[in-house]
Amino acid sequence: MTAQLPPGIQLEKVDDRIMTLNVGPQHPGSGHMRLIIKIDGDYIVSCDPDPGYVHRGEEKMAEYRNYIQNIPHLERPVIHDSSNILHPYCLAVEELLGIEVPERAKYIRVIASELNRCIYTLYWLAIYGIFLGHSTMFMWPAGDRELFIDLLEAMSGARVTHAYLVPGGVRNDLPANFEERCLRQVDYFEKRLKEYQAVFYKNPILISRTEGTGILSRTDAIRLGTTGSVLRASGVDFDIRKKEPYDVYENLDFETVVMKEGDSYARSYVPYLEMFESCRIIRDAIRKMPKSGSVRTKLKPNPKGGNEEVYKRVESGRGALGYYIVSNNRPEPYRVKISVGSFRNLICMPYLLKGELLGNMPSVYWSLNYWPVEADR
Amino acid sequence: MSTIAPQFRLSRFIASLFDIIFWVLLIFSLVGLPIVFIILFYIKMPIVNGQMLTPYLAMTWMADPSRTLPIIKTLLHTTFFHVIAFPGFGFAALLAAATIFVERKFLAKIQLRVGPLYCGKIEGILQLMGDGLKLISKEIIIPAKADKPIFWVGPLLFVGTAGAFVSLIPVARGWVVANPSVGLLAVFATIGFFPIISVLTAWAANNKWTFIGGLRALHQMIAFEIPLILSLLSIVILTGTLNLSQIVESQQHYWWIVFAPISAIVFFICIIAELERIPFDLPEAESEIVAGWLTEFSGMMYGLIQLGTYLKLYAFAGLFTVLFLGGWNGPMVWPPFPADIVTHGITIGPITAKIPGLPLFDQDMLNGTLWFVIKTVGVILLILLPRGVFPRIRIDMLLHTGWYKLIGLAFINIFIALGLLYAGVLGPGGLIQ
Repeated sequence: MTAQLPPGIQLEKVDDRIMTLNVGPQHPGSGHMRLIIKIDGDYIVSCDPDPGYVHRGEEKMAEYRNYIQNIPHLERPVIHDSSNILHPYCLAVEELLGIEVPERAKYIRVIASELNRCIYTLYWLAIYGIFLGHSTMFMWPAGDRELFIDLLEAMSGARVTHAYLVPGGVRNDLPANFEERCLRQVDYFEKRLKEYQAVFYKNPILISRTEGTGILSRTDAIRLGTTGSVLRASGVDFDIRKKEPYDVYENLDFETVVMKEGDSYARSYVPYLEMFESCRIIRDAIRKMPKSGSVRTKLKPNPKGGNEEVYKRVESGRGALGYYIVSNNRPEPYRVKISVGSFRNLICMPYLLKGELLGNMPSVYWSLNYWPVEADR
Repeated sequence: MSTIAPQFRLSRFIASLFDIIFWVLLIFSLVGLPIVFIILFYIKMPIVNGQMLTPYLAMTWMADPSRTLPIIKTLLHTTFFHVIAFPGFGFAALLAAATIFVERKFLAKIQLRVGPLYCGKIEGILQLMGDGLKLISKEIIIPAKADKPIFWVGPLLFVGTAGAFVSLIPVARGWVVANPSVGLLAVFATIGFFPIISVLTAWAANNKWTFIGGLRALHQMIAFEIPLILSLLSIVILTGTLNLSQIVESQQHYWWIVFAPISAIVFFICIIAELERIPFDLPEAESEIVAGWLTEFSGMMYGLIQLGTYLKLYAFAGLFTVLFLGGWNGPMVWPPFPADIVTHGITIGPITAKIPGLPLFDQDMLNGTLWFVIKTVGVILLILLPRGVFPRIRIDMLLHTGWYKLIGLAFINIFIALGLLYAGVLGPGGLIQ
C-alpha cells in the first residue's frame, strides 16, 4: 500500500475499532440524504449529515418567473405544507407590491395554513411511528390526514399542492357549508388525537426509548440556531405566530407549547400538542371570520416590484420559514432566498448523535422535524 | 394466426405426444419397475388384515375400492406420512400459511385498513399464493464477495431446523413425528441452532448491515434462551418428565398455567423475542440496519427464511399449548362416527355400498387435534397482537429485560413449583396419580 496517491488526496486513517456506516441515500431510515456514521460497537462516535440529494434549484428557478408564475413551483419543496411555504412568499410580495389583503382572506389564509400544518405534522408523525417500528402509528395518522386533505380539496380543488394562497389574498372563496363541515371534522380529529396518546405517547416502550436521548439544552438550542418545535422542546418560548404575528394571528386565541426536557420525547410531543392548538385556532378563526366579503385583491397584470428588498417569515410545521426577496424594477424577482427550518434543525444532529446508541439514531433524527426536500430546496 | 406459437402444427404436436408416451413407457418398464422391485425387496412391507402387503396384493386391492381404505389407513400410520403431512411439515405449513393471512387481516383491522382484498375474490385469500409466486419468480442475487456455500445453505438450514422443531410437537395422542423421552431437551437443542444460522449467514453475506443484525440476533437469542429454559424447569419439576406427550397427559385435569403462571408469562415473552417479532425485532430493525441479517437475501431464499420463521412461530405456539394449556386435552365435542355406516353401509338410491375400514381416524384423535388447533391459534393470535401496539425496543433495554428481569421471574416460579412439590400438593407425574 505504498502506491503514490495523486497530490491533494490522502487516505483516511481509521481506527480498527471504528466502523463507518453509510446510512443512505438508499436506506429505509435515511430519507433523501446520507448520514456518514462512525460507530464503536453500538455507540456512535461521529455523525456527518450529507444533504443535497434532492436539490432542485428552486431559488434560481424563481429568478426566471414573474411573481404569479412563481407560486406553483415554490410550494414543491414541502408539498405536505404547501400553504405554509407560500404564506411568507405572499406576505413578502404583498409588501413589495403594496397590496392590501381583505380581512376575510386573512382569516381564510390562517385556516388553510393551520389545516396544512396538521397535514404536515400527521405525515411527520406517521414516519416517526414507522421509524420506531410502530406500524399502527404509521397507518393512523396517514389515514387521518384525509380529513384535512378533503377540507383543503373542497377549498382549493387540489388535494396536496394547492397553490391556494396568492399575493393579494386567496385564490377563491370558501365553498358553501364549509364552516360546519370544518368544525365537524376538527371535532372528530381531536377525538382521534387523544387515541394517539393512548397508543403512542403513553406507550411505556416509546417513553423508555425516547426519554433522555439526544438531549439539547436551552443554551445549545439557541446557540445552534434551531427553530420551531426543536427550539420549543428545549424550553424556549419562541413562536413567530406570537412574537411577530402576521395576518390575523394576534386576534386569535391560542398558546405556545413549550417543554423543558429537550430530549427526543419532548421534540416529538411538542408537534403533537401543537395540533390541538391548531384545532383551537381553526375554531376561533371560523368564529371570528367575516361572513362575507372579498377574498382577493386583484393585481395589475404582470406586476413590477420597486427597487427594494423584503424579508418575511412565518411559523411553518418545521419552524421559522422566511423569504428574502430582492427586486429591481422588473416583473421577475432579482433574488429569492428561502430560509427553511429543516436545514437549521439538521445542524444540531452531529451534536445530538455523538455518544448515542445506534438504535437511537432514527428516533433522534426524525424528532428534529427535518424534511429533506425542503432543506435542499 | 396465433402470435404465441406461430409454428404450431397439430399433427406434429400429437406425434410428439405419442413420442413422449412411448419413451416414458419404455423407460418405466425397463428401468423404473426393476428399481421399484429392488427397493421393495429391502423394505419391510406392512401387514394389513393379517396379510403381508406385497405390490401385487396392493394392486389387486386397488382394483376393489372397498379394500383401498385399509391401505390408506396403513399409509396414515407410516413415518413418511407423519413427516410429510399430518403432524409434521404439511400441517405446520398449512397453519403457517393461515397465520400469515390472519396476521395481515388482523393487523389491518387494528390499523383501520382492509388488508389484502383483491387477489382471490374473497377477502384476498389468494394473496399469499401470489406473493409466493412472486418470490419464486424473482432473481436470486448473491453478493460477489459473499462466502457462497454458507450463504446458499443458510435458508435451507433455517427451514430444516424449524422443521425439526415442528417434528417434536405432539398434536394428538400418539400423533407426533418424533417422541424422544427427552423431548424438552431436544427442543432446547433445536432452538439453540437458530442463532448459529443467523450469525453464519450474516457473516457469509459480507455486509455491514447483516453483520450488525447477526450480532444483534446472537445477543438477543442468548439473552432470552436462558430465561426460556429456566421458565420450563418448573414444569419439569412438577411433572417429573421431559417427554412432551407425558407432559400433556399429566394435564388431564388442570393445566400447568394454573400452577406456573409466572413461567407462562416469562415463556411467552421469550418466544416473542426468539421469533424476532415486534417489540423484539431488533435483528431486522428496518430504520436502523435495513433488514438486519436478512438484508442480502432475495427471491426464494428470503421466502424460505419467511417460511422457516412462520414454522417456528407455529412450533413455539404449539409448545406453549403443550406445556401450559393442556395440549390436546379438552371436552369431547367431536361427534362419534355413525356406527350404522359400518354395519349397514351407505344407501344411495338403489345401491348399498359397504365400506369396511371406516372410520379413518378415531374420535379421540380428531377431538384432540381440534382442541390443539384451537389453543394454538389462540396463542398465535396473542403473539401477533403486540405488532399492532408496540414500537421496537432498544438493545440495552432488551438485554436488561432478558438478563435481569426474566431470569429472576423464572426463578420465582421454580421456587413456587418446589414448594408445591414438597408441601405434598402435587407429586411427580402430575396432579392426579
